[in-house]
Order: sequence, then structure tokens, then C-alpha cells
Amino acid sequence: MPELILILLIPIMPFAAFLLLGLANGNFIKRWAGAIGTGAILVSAGAALLTAYDYFFVYGGSGGAYRKILVTEYEWLQFTPEISIKMGLLLDPVAVMMMVVISFISLMVHSYSICYLKGEQRFNIYFSYLGLFTFSMLALVMSSNIFQMYIFWELVGVSSFLLIGFYYQKPSAVAAAKKAFIITRFADLGLLIGILILAFEAKSLDFEAIIGQFGHGKSASVSTSSAWLGISTISWAMLLVFIGGAGKSAMFPLHVWLPDAMEGPTPVSALIHAATMVVAGVFLVARLFPVYYFSAPEILNLIAYVGVFSALIAAIIACTQTDIKRVLAYSTMSQIGFMMFSLGVSGFGEEGLGFTASQFHLFTHAFFKALLFLCAGLVIHEVHSNEVSKMGGLRKSMPLTHISFLIACLAIAGIPPFAGFFSKEEILLAAWERNKPVYWIALFTSALTAFYMFRLYFLIFRNSNKHLHQPEHREGSAGQMVPLFVLAAGSVVLGLIPFGRFVSSDGRPLATELHLVFSIAPVLLAILGVSTAAWLYNAPGNRPQEVSQRLGNLYKAAYHKFYIDEVWLFLTKKVIMNGIGKPAAWFDKNVVNALVNFSGNSTIGLASKIKKLQSGKVQLYGMVYLFTVIASVLIIIFFINRN
Amino acid sequence: MPDFLILMKSELLITLIIFTLLLFKLGKGLANEKILSLVQVLLLINVFVSAIGNTRGSIFGSLFVNSPLIGFQKTTLSLGVYLISLSFSGWFRKHAHLTEFFVLILSSLLGMYFLLSSGNLLMLYLSLELSTLPLTALANFELEKKKSSEAAMKLILSSAFSSGVLLFGISLFYGATGSLQFDIVGTSDVITGFPILALVFIFSAFAFKLSVVPFHLWTADVYEGSPLPVTAFLSVISKGTMAFVLLTLLFKVFSRYEAVWHWLLVAFSLATMIIGNLFAIRQHNIKRFLAFSSIAQVGFILVAMVGVPVTATTAVTYFILVYLFSNLAAFVVAGVLYDHAGIEDIKRLKGLRQSNPFLAWMLALALFSLAGIPPAAGFFGKIFLIGTGAYSGHVWFILIAALNMVVSLYYYLQIVKLMFMEDADHAMPELKTARSDRFTLIVCTAGILLGGVFSWIYDYIQRISI
Repeated sequence: MPELILILLIPIMPFAAFLLLGLANGNFIKRWAGAIGTGAILVSAGAALLTAYDYFFVYGGSGGAYRKILVTEYEWLQFTPEISIKMGLLLDPVAVMMMVVISFISLMVHSYSICYLKGEQRFNIYFSYLGLFTFSMLALVMSSNIFQMYIFWELVGVSSFLLIGFYYQKPSAVAAAKKAFIITRFADLGLLIGILILAFEAKSLDFEAIIGQFGHGKSASVSTSSAWLGISTISWAMLLVFIGGAGKSAMFPLHVWLPDAMEGPTPVSALIHAATMVVAGVFLVARLFPVYYFSAPEILNLIAYVGVFSALIAAIIACTQTDIKRVLAYSTMSQIGFMMFSLGVSGFGEEGLGFTASQFHLFTHAFFKALLFLCAGLVIHEVHSNEVSKMGGLRKSMPLTHISFLIACLAIAGIPPFAGFFSKEEILLAAWERNKPVYWIALFTSALTAFYMFRLYFLIFRNSNKHLHQPEHREGSAGQMVPLFVLAAGSVVLGLIPFGRFVSSDGRPLATELHLVFSIAPVLLAILGVSTAAWLYNAPGNRPQEVSQRLGNLYKAAYHKFYIDEVWLFLTKKVIMNGIGKPAAWFDKNVVNALVNFSGNSTIGLASKIKKLQSGKVQLYGMVYLFTVIASVLIIIFFINRN
Repeated sequence: MPDFLILMKSELLITLIIFTLLLFKLGKGLANEKILSLVQVLLLINVFVSAIGNTRGSIFGSLFVNSPLIGFQKTTLSLGVYLISLSFSGWFRKHAHLTEFFVLILSSLLGMYFLLSSGNLLMLYLSLELSTLPLTALANFELEKKKSSEAAMKLILSSAFSSGVLLFGISLFYGATGSLQFDIVGTSDVITGFPILALVFIFSAFAFKLSVVPFHLWTADVYEGSPLPVTAFLSVISKGTMAFVLLTLLFKVFSRYEAVWHWLLVAFSLATMIIGNLFAIRQHNIKRFLAFSSIAQVGFILVAMVGVPVTATTAVTYFILVYLFSNLAAFVVAGVLYDHAGIEDIKRLKGLRQSNPFLAWMLALALFSLAGIPPAAGFFGKIFLIGTGAYSGHVWFILIAALNMVVSLYYYLQIVKLMFMEDADHAMPELKTARSDRFTLIVCTAGILLGGVFSWIYDYIQRISI
């Protein structure tokens, strides 16, 4: 059986690090903050790996399927005998996989950050925030109860806010932190309402109870009993829940915060805005997948289209951006779009390839995307700029970084035998089997992926003719290079894991096989993308400019991110400010305030009027006394006699 | 052990303490510090003696009764007096007649014990006098101040007046029923002018002690003129006792006359809340301010008495306990400010947080509790009071009470704002708070913070109220 202590250790270690580093303020703590944080997360990652091993190979499976195991649970708030909120730890294949990814990537980022943030004034605060984030994220995936998950969901949002705004002296960082927080909070409102509806319908907040009620074939009739606008209540709830997930996972049109969030320190981007937090939405949909599949199939369909559309639009934007981190941010958004639509097209049980593929891609993507960000961090560190125009030819001065970055690019582009190939192939196969339009868009997007990633690669590491000066480029320190190598190794080999054996929609092993013939088209397209990138960016001359001029307005629109930011600005600044904010302010100022002032003034006025009664003369006091007594007696007698 | 030793344990102990103090006075007398520590130890013992072993029973032909509830109420009072003896140490140390002070204050306390345990109207009258007469002497204890003498004068004249009215009421009841026993006087079924007159007379005497408007006129003058410990005693201990007694009188003795006193209570409660609040807004003197704000608090206590007996008894008893902590803390801070810096004007509290953060925080917490802001216990106290009153079904009445809470919020928070958000006009030195004063403040703060959290306190009171 699961060992409670070991499992508890996983979230508690980072939390302890958070408390220690955040509250203590001694010099010792400040100097060793990095080591303390990393040590704590090392224990956590070790525990997570052990738990994963135990779960998958010792106690997790029974009767050919992996069970959901409720490790521990206690009643937190009891409202009525029926309604209560519990707190608990739930292990299932998805949660265990997420646990490993989070703690492992967090460990890499911790180690990398020690050198990256050396000399920073708020060194210990940085690590305490990292600890808080890791704790919240781990607790989020282990929650047994949707309300409990919501709490950690918000905590994750808070720690993301803190980390994006870590360089709080920079106005742009503060603005980005606020933007991210407000947009995700806005989306979380949807999640909260969704949770409440769901809880109302299911009479419980436990995942197991909700899934047990709505997550099987017979539940469809239950959910269609009450409907609004032709959509059942459960579907509304699941749509709202998905909005929350879309906010965190930067799905169109709620994605605008993610590129700006790159204002945070680069390791943070690697951890939060590439590998872990942004996939929380995918995790949420996966967690409630049976409910989506059986009780809200139309929402699942919507998820597929939102996912694939986000993937496409982000890939197009990524082709035009010149800030290295923004390109990576859009690529993240695009890849999460892949995971989302893969869930959207998935079936259940035997047909659940999409589900498995989505989780597989989440798993591999975490490795190569974190690797890309960490490499980008080193490059930025050396060039002192985010702009790709300031880079070029770094291949010679940073050979190891170059190799790592190349591996990551190959992986994300889907070139065999790197990890991304396997997971992306599965996603495409799932889409091919169940939804052809999605498949074609996805195929095109994956070609674009190869193009923009290698555009980045050529601009940074090759293309030596262009670069402006020859700074003394150096590799990072050992603490930074080791995570790079580990992640690079992961990006190479992790695709070989028979993922379907472990993670599937119903817990039963899913046989996944490689269709070589099917893979030809995607791989060829990827190679085409790479060659286009090479032709454009790894050659002397002005080819990129020529092409962009020839594309004209399409290029301009993509460069300006399709003006989605501007639409949001218009909506918030013009519509909401003028339509709601200003009238509300007027009402507050002229009606509420006036009423308050009036009542205050009239009370004070009355007070000064009756003060004369208090004259200080005892005779008068006696008179008042007697008068009151007699008057009361007379009045009472009058009333009693009348009745 | 004889019955009376157990039932009258608090009374006997207080008498013993009084005689001990008198004995010391007969000899050479002791230094003030020694008397103070002796009294403190004895009063602490008294708190424990009052708290334990309270059983139901009556002696002397039902002249004297005791019950767990009365025991709890006595314990509350004992705790209050113990805390008073701990605080105001600056004033106590300087006073030339400290022994007499304690002999008088304990005599008054003894009278209050008997008041709570009375089972007979005559006993009620006698113990009321025993509790009042020493207080008038105490009001004069700022011996060199004219204002103090004036306060004592006003108190004794007004008290004599109300005692006369009370005696008149009692004799009317005796005439009507031929008995003074509690269980007999209230049994007359006929409600005519005769018992109504008597009842209003008796009620007015206690309303006078409770400073119910319009019987409150003495309050501000007496509070302002008396020394601070006496003011604290008057506003906390005396008010508490009278509220307890009124509970007994209304729900046990005269419960059959509810038709008579129900509307009386509603009317007086409204007047008390509104007038008390309106006056409190205008006050600039801390003592007068506390006097009027405590009048408003009495109005809220009356709100609860309109409700059902058991809940009302529970709510009022709980509120008095909470009120004791809150109000005492405010008085102790006021005492420290007056003793060390001569501060009586509220305006001089400006920027207190910068010069004396401890005092400012303690006063702020006390005011929060008095105003009824969660999580201070005062919030729960007020909730229970108003909630009990709501049983009466008079929606408008409860609404006005709630509005009055808002008004009281204004003047309580005004002081917090002065202390925390404004800068001092003149730099104030850091005042030295004596250790025992600080102890009282911490006990009171603990009471304020924990009193609301520990629901078993309320549950316990409810259990013994039945």
C-alpha cells in the first residue's frame, strides 16, 4: 500500500523551503538559500520518483487497470450532514505522472537558478517563491477534491504573479504580472462558478463522486434533464470549468498574458510558463475527462477546436516574433493547443488514444520546452538582450548550449527518434482517426512548428555573417549545464517509454504502436519546415525581408499578434471602463457617499441639539426621573385597559 | 460542612478579606505596595472560590439562594474586581487611604453578591443599599478634587431618590400580596394599576443603576468626577450586576407581568441606544466618552431582554463577560494615559501608535470589541444580544438596534483613526506601563480574542441558564 509519509513528503518539502526561506532573514539563509531550496526539492523529487515506481509497479495496478487510490482524507469543513468539504490526496496515473514532471523540472530549474540569480538582492525570496509554486502545483495535481484543487489553483496563480513580477523595479514586469493575474483570475471565476454548479448537481465536491455520477455511459440521461439554451446544466458547468483551464493554459482568446509573462526570470519561464503551470488546464480537462466525454460531448468538441485554433494561431505568430522568449512563449501556447485538441478528439477506453497522446505530449514537452528556456536563459545572459537580431553565430562560443538547443529543437519539431516525435505522432494519429479537419490543421501547424523553431535556431547559433560584435561568449557554470544535459538526455530518450501502458483514459493499458507509413507525411513536412528555415535564415542576403514583404498584410497581422491584445485593450479600457466602471464610480460618489454623509451630519446635528438636557443639575435629574416613571405607568395602564 | 458555608462561600470570603484589611488598618498599617499585593492575592483566591463548587440551594428561608448561574455571574464580577486591583497601579500607589478604598470597594462587591443571591424583596433592597452606599464614598475618593465631591454628592442624592422609589414599589407589592418572597410576589393573576405601578417603580430603580435613558443623567457627571478605578468599577462591575439582577427580576420574579414590561423594555432600549450613541459622538473627555458609550451598550443589553428567557439570560451573561474584558481594557489604557501624561482629552490620543504602540494596540482592540467587529468577542456578544432580541419579532426594533451599532462603529473607530492614522501634535514620551497593568491588558486582550473563538463558553452559560 502507499506510504503516507513518503507521499506527504512530496508537497511538504517545497512548502517547508518556502516558509524557511521566506520568513528567516539571516545572512546564512540568504547565502545558502539556493542550496536549501534545491535540497528540499531534491528530496521531493526523489520521493515522487519512488512513489511513481511504487504506484506503477507495486500497488497501483489491480485487475489489469490502474486504480485511483485515495491515500488519505479528512473532513475539513462540514456544513450539513450532506455537504462537506474534504481534503485528501488522490493518486492516479495522471497525477503520478504530473508529480514526477513537476518535481523533476522544478529540481532542474532550482539547480539552474543558483548560478543564474547569483548576486541578486532578493535571492532567498526568489527561492521561497519557487518553493511556494512547486508546493501549490504538486498539491494541485494530488487534490482529491475539486474545491481543494481550486484553492491550490489560486495559489499557483498567486505564485506565478509573484514570480513574473520578481523584478518589480521594472514597470513592464509589474504590468505583465498584473496582466497575467487579472486574466487568469477572470478565467478562474468561470472555474469557480463551474465548480459550484457541478457540486450542486453532483451533491459532492469529490472528484470520484463527480466522475462516478457523470462519468459513465448511463449518466447522459441524468444530465440532459435540465437544460438552458439547449445545453444541459452539466455541459454549462463543464464549459465554465474549461474556461478556467483555458485561462491558465493560455488558450485563445485568453492567451494574451503568456507572452508578457516572459518578463519574469528565465528559469521561472521554464518552470511555470512552459512545463508545469500552463499545463494545469490540460490536467484539469484530463482529470474530469470522463465527465466531459459522457456528459458534455459538445464541450469536448469545442475544446478540440479551441485547442487546434490556438495551436495554429500561436504557431503563425511565433514565425514573426523577434524576441527569443516570446517565440518560445507562443510555441508553448501552440504545443498546449496540441494537448488540448488531442483531449478534445479523444474517445474513452479502447478509443482513448487522444487522451494518452495528450498526456504523453505533456510529459515530453515539459522536458524539451524547459530545456529550450534554460538554453535561452544562457544565451540571454551572454548577449544581454532578448532580441534575436543581437544574436548569431553562437555555435562556436557556446558549443554545449548549442547542442542542447539543437536537440530540443529537433524534439519539438517532431524529428525521429527524439521524444517529441513519438508524442506528436500519437496526437496526429488520434486526430486522423476521429476528426479529419482537426488533423489537417494540426499537420500544417506541426510543419510551422519545425519552421519557427529552426528559424530561431539558425538566427541564434548559425548565421554568423550577421552578428554585430564578438563578445566573449562563455558556457554556463556546472550547476546550469548539468540540468541542460539531463533535460537533453530526456528529450532524446523519453519518447521510447511505452506511455500508453501507464496512462490512459480508463486506467487500462492502451496498446500504442508506431505506424511508419502514417509518420511519413508529418516527418517530411517537418523536414520541409526545417529546410525552409535554413533557406531563409542560414543564408547571406535579405531573403527574410523579401518574403515578409511579399506576404504583406498577413505578415504584418501576425507580427502584431493578430491585434488580439488591442481587442482586449479596447474591451477593457473603452467598453468596461466607460460602460461599467465610470457609472459605478459616479454612483458611489454621488449616491452612496452622499447618503453616508447625510446620515453622519444629521446624527451629529441631532446630538448637539439634545446636549442641553445634560445640565448637571441634580434637581432636574430627579424631576426627569419622576416624570418618566409616572408617564410610563400612565401609558401602560392606558394600553392595558384598552386591550 | 454546613450548607451555608458552601452556598455563601464568596460572601464569607469577601467579609473575611474586609476584616483582614480592617485589622491591618487598626495596627500601624502597611505600605501601599504591600496592601496592594495582599489584596491582589486574596482577590485571586476569591475568583477561584467563586468559580468552583456552585450548587443550587437556598438558605435562611429562601432569603438567600445560589445556583451555578449565579455562581458564574459572581465569578465574572470577582474576576473584574481582581483585574481592577491589578491595574491602575499608579493611582493606587499614591493614594493615602488605600486600605479604606479596598474595604469600601469590597463592601460594595459584597452587596452585589447578596443582590445576585437575593430571594426576597427586602433582601434585594438591603443588598442594593449595601452596594450603593460604599460607592458614593468611593466616588469622593479623589479627595482633593472638587469634581470628585460633586460626583459623590450627585450619586448619593440620585441614589437616595431611586431607593425611595424602589422601597415604595416594594411596599406596594407587599400590600398587594402580603409577602416579600420572590416566588410569591409575582403570582398575582390580576394585572391592574396597582402592580403596574409597583413594577414600574422597581424597574425604574434598576434602570437607574443601569443608566437606562432617561434615568441616566447622573452617569456622565459621576463617571467624570470619580477616580478612574471607581469609574471602571461603576461601569463594568456595577452595570454587570444590575443587568444580572434585572434578568432575575424580569424572567423569574415578574415573568407573569410580561405584558407590562415588554413594551417598557422596547421603549427604554430604543431611547437608551439612540441617546447614548448621540451623546457619545459629542464627547471629548475619555471618561465621559466611555460613560456614554457604556450607556449605549446597556441599550443593546435591553434588546436581548425582550427575547425568550433562557436565550436572553445566556446572551446577556455572555455579553457582560465580554464587555468586562473590553471595557476594562479601555479603562486601564485611559488610566495609564491619565496617570503618566495627564491625558483626558480624546484629541490628545493623536498618533499614539507612534509613541506608545502597545497601549494604542490594546485600546484599539478593546474598541474593536466594544464596537462589535469580528473576530473580537464583542462581535459575538452583540450578535447574540441582537439575535435574542429578534425572537420578539419586532423587525423595526432590531433594525434600529442594528443601525445604532453602525453609529457606535463611527465613534469607536474615530478614536482608532486618531491613534493610528494621524500624527501627534506634540511629541509624546513613551509611557511606562506598570507590569501589573500590562498583565491586565494582556488578560483582557486574551479574553477579547479567545472569548469569541471558544464556543464552549457560550454553551456552558446556556447549560447553566436553564
